Amino acid sequence: MTVSPDLDRRFREAAHALGLVDLGFDVVESPMGDLLVAASDRGLASIWYDPDPERDLERLARIAGPRVLRSPRSVDDARRELDEYFAGRRRAFDLPLDLRALPSFTVSVLRELARVPYGETTTYGALAARVGRPRAARAVGTVMNRNRIPIVLPCHRVVGASGDLVGYAGGLERKVRLLELEGAL
Amino acid sequence: MMHEVSIPPFELFYEEHRSQVLGLLRRRLGAARAEDAFQETFLRALQAYGRLEHGEHLRAWVLTIARNVAVDTLRRTRSQHELVETGADDDLPAYEELAELTDGLPRKERAAVVLRYGYDLSYDQIAAALGSSEDAARQAASAGVRRLRRRITP
Repeated sequence: MTVSPDLDRRFREAAHALGLVDLGFDVVESPMGDLLVAASDRGLASIWYDPDPERDLERLARIAGPRVLRSPRSVDDARRELDEYFAGRRRAFDLPLDLRALPSFTVSVLRELARVPYGETTTYGALAARVGRPRAARAVGTVMNRNRIPIVLPCHRVVGASGDLVGYAGGLERKVRLLELEGAL
Repeated sequence: MMHEVSIPPFELFYEEHRSQVLGLLRRRLGAARAEDAFQETFLRALQAYGRLEHGEHLRAWVLTIARNVAVDTLRRTRSQHELVETGADDDLPAYEELAELTDGLPRKERAAVVLRYGYDLSYDQIAAALGSSEDAARQAASAGVRRLRRRITP
């Protein structure tokens, strides 16, 4: 018995409206390719490049619990702000973030990262210094590599001390394109 | 030792069972009323999902919720005559022995006994399936067991 798209949509909307979903997600199209975007009632929880539902659903469940449901409404705000960003009409994101289940060092690094302005870059070492751990550049690199909310938490703006781009979990090509979009390259 | 099955993300659970749930509800309620009942079934399941202790027997669990939603729907619409069909059909395998043994128990007691002792579900899961409180689920299971005991003991 096939569930019609309309019935399916109504169920997903009701689940969202009743606040029964721990994490709602959807696939958002972008110039960087499809993004799997997930949000809770606390805020944006993740943006993943190259969606792979089987892997991603389990990862989402580990963040906030098993009530993970595709729910386009849950990510409406994020979708709108991302569209504006990629269209060059938005320089800063106003989305609340859900950083639960992350170690406190990671959270403090990500909070500092969020303050790196549009169109500018900083270095791993400088970010480490800003959280009071000047010798932790490598650990900061690991936090960037595992950043679960790229683009909005702009790890693409963090480069090596020599100006070398170093790396990007979504692929170096995306890092270059994001920096070009922002006029930083 | 029993192997605990972890709870799948709700999206996967929903995708796996939605067709069967809709089929059951259509057979019992007709196409028009089945749609609301479908929503109600998965909303009840979603509400309880975060409290599940393991991922076993989820199919039996959601079909039990669907059956109860169907009964509630029929009651609400006062179409009591349609209830005659709802006895033994379909989809539940596994607990045949218990099913036979519990045949004839009041509906809630039977469902509670089968889910508790046939499927080893916890009382909060049973409560979700029956649309009742955890206490009511516990009482229904023990009332069912007492009734069975009386029936078996000469």
